[in-house]
Amino acid sequence: MGIHVKFFASMRDLMGDDRDIESEIIKEKALNTVDDIWNYCAEGKERSANVLIAVNMDYVNGQSQIKEGDEVAFFPPVTGG
Amino acid sequence: MKIIIDSSPFDPWRILDEYQKNMPKLDGQYGATAVFVGTMRDFNEGDNVSEMFLEHYPGMTERHLENICQQATGEYQLLESLVVHRVGVIKPNDPIVLVAVWTAHRKQAFEACREIMEDLKSKAPFWKKEQLNGGKDRWVDKNTKGY
Repeated sequence: MGIHVKFFASMRDLMGDDRDIESEIIKEKALNTVDDIWNYCAEGKERSANVLIAVNMDYVNGQSQIKEGDEVAFFPPVTGG
Repeated sequence: MKIIIDSSPFDPWRILDEYQKNMPKLDGQYGATAVFVGTMRDFNEGDNVSEMFLEHYPGMTERHLENICQQATGEYQLLESLVVHRVGVIKPNDPIVLVAVWTAHRKQAFEACREIMEDLKSKAPFWKKEQLNGGKDRWVDKNTKGY
C-alpha cells in the first residue's frame, strides 16, 4: 500500500510533485512518524515552523504516527475566503 | 447544510434566493438571516493584482467546511447554513465566498456567520496565488486578521 505524500501551494514549489513511498522503503528506512516522512522527502530542506500537516485529511503534528495506506499532506498556512 | 466548491463564477444573491426558496423547513421558522460575501480586490499589500488562482485540497476542504458548519449548527441552533467557495482562476470583483445562516434570532445569526467565516479563513485548506500587474506572481502567505 505504501504512503501517499502530497504537497500544496508553495510547498509544492519547494518539494515538487506528490509522491508514493513504497512499503519496502517504509520498513527499510523505519519511517514511523510524519517527521520521518518529511525528512525522507525533503533531502535536507528545512520545514518552516508554520507548515501545516494533515494525515488522511485531519490536522496533525510532526510527531504523529503514520501507517501503511495513509495520505500525508504538507501545506502552508491557509488563505481562503 | 450545504457546501459548494466550484470553479465557475457565481452570483451569491441568486444562489441565496434559490436555496431559501427550496428550503421548506425554514417556512415560518427563521427570524434572521446573516450573510457574508467575500469579493476579490484588485490590490493587496500595496500592489495591483490582475487575477488570482485559488487552490484547494479536494476532500479535506469539504470535510472541514462541513465540520465548521456542524459545529456552528450545534453552538448557535442554526436552522440552515450554506457555504459557497470559488476555486481556480478568479478576477477582481468576482465573489470568492458566500456564507449564509438562518436562525430564529439575530444574535445567533450574526455570531454564527462570523464564526464560520473566521474558521474557514483559519482552517479550510485553500491557498491564493496572486498575479500582479506586470506579470509577477506570488502566493499569499497569510490572511488579514478578522477580529
